[in-house]
Amino acid sequence: MTDTAAPAAKSGPRISGAFHRLLAFSGLIALVVAFSLASPNFLQTQNILAILQATSVNGVLAIAATLVIITGGIDLSVGTLMTFCAVVAGVILTYWGLPLPLGILGAILAGTASGFVSGTIIAKLKVPPFIATLGMMLILKGLSLVISGTKPIYFNDTPGFNQIALGSAVGSVFPAVPLPNGVLVLFAVAVVAAFVLSKTALGRYTFALGSNEEAVRLSGVNIDRWKIAVYAVTGAICGVAGLLIASRLNSAQPALGQGYELDAIAAVVIGGTSLSGGRGTVVGTLIGALIISVLANGLRILSVPQEWQTVVTGTIIILAVYADILRRRAL
Amino acid sequence: MVAPIAPASVSGAAVPLVEMTDIDKSFPGVRALAKARFELLPGEVHALMGENGAGKSTLMKILSGVYTRDAGTVLLNGQPVDITSPRQAQDLGVGIIHQELALMRDLTAAQNIFIGREPRRFGILDERQLNRDAAAIFASMNLKLEPTVRVETLTIAKQQMVEIAKALSYRSRVLIMDEPTAALNDAEIAELFAIINRLKAEGVGIVYISHKMDEIKRISDRVTIMRDGEYVGTVPGADTPIETIISMMVGRTLSNDTLVIPNTADAPIALEVKNLNRGREIRDVSFSVRKGEILGFAGLMGAGRTEVARAIFGADRRESGEIWVHGQRVGISSPKDAVEAGIGYLSEDRKHFGLATGLDVRNNIALASLQRFTGPAGVLDEAGMQKEAVGYIRQLAIKTPSDTQEARLLSGGNQQKVVIAKWLLRDCDILIFDEPTRGIDVGAKSEIYKLLNALAAEGKAIIVISSELPEVLRLSHRIAVMCEGRLTGILPGGASQEEIMRLATLRQSSVVESATQRKTA
Repeated sequence: MTDTAAPAAKSGPRISGAFHRLLAFSGLIALVVAFSLASPNFLQTQNILAILQATSVNGVLAIAATLVIITGGIDLSVGTLMTFCAVVAGVILTYWGLPLPLGILGAILAGTASGFVSGTIIAKLKVPPFIATLGMMLILKGLSLVISGTKPIYFNDTPGFNQIALGSAVGSVFPAVPLPNGVLVLFAVAVVAAFVLSKTALGRYTFALGSNEEAVRLSGVNIDRWKIAVYAVTGAICGVAGLLIASRLNSAQPALGQGYELDAIAAVVIGGTSLSGGRGTVVGTLIGALIISVLANGLRILSVPQEWQTVVTGTIIILAVYADILRRRAL
Repeated sequence: MVAPIAPASVSGAAVPLVEMTDIDKSFPGVRALAKARFELLPGEVHALMGENGAGKSTLMKILSGVYTRDAGTVLLNGQPVDITSPRQAQDLGVGIIHQELALMRDLTAAQNIFIGREPRRFGILDERQLNRDAAAIFASMNLKLEPTVRVETLTIAKQQMVEIAKALSYRSRVLIMDEPTAALNDAEIAELFAIINRLKAEGVGIVYISHKMDEIKRISDRVTIMRDGEYVGTVPGADTPIETIISMMVGRTLSNDTLVIPNTADAPIALEVKNLNRGREIRDVSFSVRKGEILGFAGLMGAGRTEVARAIFGADRRESGEIWVHGQRVGISSPKDAVEAGIGYLSEDRKHFGLATGLDVRNNIALASLQRFTGPAGVLDEAGMQKEAVGYIRQLAIKTPSDTQEARLLSGGNQQKVVIAKWLLRDCDILIFDEPTRGIDVGAKSEIYKLLNALAAEGKAIIVISSELPEVLRLSHRIAVMCEGRLTGILPGGASQEEIMRLATLRQSSVVESATQRKTA
């Protein structure tokens, strides 16, 4: 065999991977610098903490969505699933009066179960992910209203509950850095998800499925099982997001949730995960989620009306993907 | 990692590794196999031959657990087995290298090889072990490849090697190779054969599916021939004349009709390319094709032939160079421009570029000419499309139940004809064929040759890019030879293989090639 292809082959992916993260990251830095110059209020500790806090829910949801998107699928139900899990926690803690750990466990199990159902519909019944999760999105929206009795459920009887997102374990040790727990949860989820993606069989099959599902099947892998597992993990992470949002609002709002999936998918896409599957990173998604929050926060500080913020976010999504296309063409 | 497999228990008395008898298999509307038979001995290379659609791949997919049989028995080492999944086949020691490369492009070579059985420590993937194991397999194959390289960035030939490494890693006792050399050059084929011979010595049985007669003669101990899903016969590989094998395959004797070369030297020039450049791939290429002429393009893989074709067709940007069609300079910057100038390109990768596999034959034929069939209200004239499609199906002898058959269900040769029909309907009179007979069996090949000759006789200007020298020699009025992006010469049709090879390895490459061969020897 000739050696000529080897050097080019070696350098290709490394350059592109590094370049990509650099692109999203430098975009984030550029935004931060621009807003800092535009307003002295932007780069304040309080404001930075607010941005991070605002990122936590969407960040966790986006990480959940990242997993299925890498398999080449999509999950439109992450938003309403998040709400459903919050409502489940409310039912367990407030209606049934059970202790806090059971509420947490219940929310995460509800998410896992729902993801399991989505995954089974997709893998076994061969319903396309878009349709299956669109159906699940509506089912979960309805179920949230049903089991909550269409009313918000408050967690006033569970004193520790709002500490999940709003308390600050870091702040109690270092009073100067009152980092909210919600942000810690986001980082923890990110670290675990990144670990699962890069170091476990589940992660390997996540990429492999998105890359060439038929090849995975022909390699003797039970693809149905792994696909279901990915959706179940995604559901579990949605459960975490549900706890975060419920804790922040100190209530489960059954009508909330729809629309969150789009923000989550936007973060995934801005972070460089390919919607056709096979490639993506948790770090990228994290950066994508931060870009969205920084934009919203910075534009608000500059008194740009809310409606224009949405226009800017949409533009950023298109630009981010176009930049990726340009990069691929250059290779 | 390659298993030290015990040598076969000597000679004739050995229990066959595989015995398949009376295998039936039907798909909706098609009887793929009828009482098919196959036997494989330890340490044997057994070629499986037949025209496309003869059932070779189906039979082997049954053996490897991709399909399940409708009837018949399968014995492995004398024991009846029911193979119901690829996983089970692997566990039973049956490995397959698929014709359509089954790799995960975004994963690394090592990750591809061990997909489904990654080494783990405490439930966590042991990437270092993974890469070590892969490196060991590559070393045993005498293959220089980084285990951590992403498959996507590899050439098709290297990807093929990864597939082979994967099959070897299963410690397979039975190894099925479906067209393993389709994308390999001569040096790589030699490497592959060295690997096959070593496996053979270790007692592995190899099923070798190929259309290339010379390879079959070189490597196989026995040849089993199939036709229309049925067993025709088994003959010794070395002693059986090629003509016998071919006539068993097609059920008739093929006339070895030589090309009647009409004099095209005075015909007007249809296509002229002047000083075409694109990076290192195409360097200052100039040539012309006359009406009624077939210009062959020969060269090693990576010589830049496909790149030239794609640049002419506007599929890739060119850095400089002029394209003249019928004496007019044309600005081609996209395939649309090229088609409007009357240039049609039939890519080597039909499934990806040439054919809309999900559409039916009729729509594929009409695909480039839809405007012609669009009525005033924007409604498509289905009847008109059908009439044209049926006409071409008859004219080109496309084997299909009807014009509404999905194109992906046709055999390779017939898919090729559908793409030809598409360009003919679009009134293209300059046709560029990139590997027109890749993956096509002998019978269909000779039909495609006849078709190309007929098209040339009608006055079409034709460019044929082919890696098979006999094909270039048989078809071409003149032969353009490329090496490392340069056109190193244009030879008359009667040129010798030696002359072509000399031009194909001219300059720097000749030094590099011999150096690598020394290294790997």
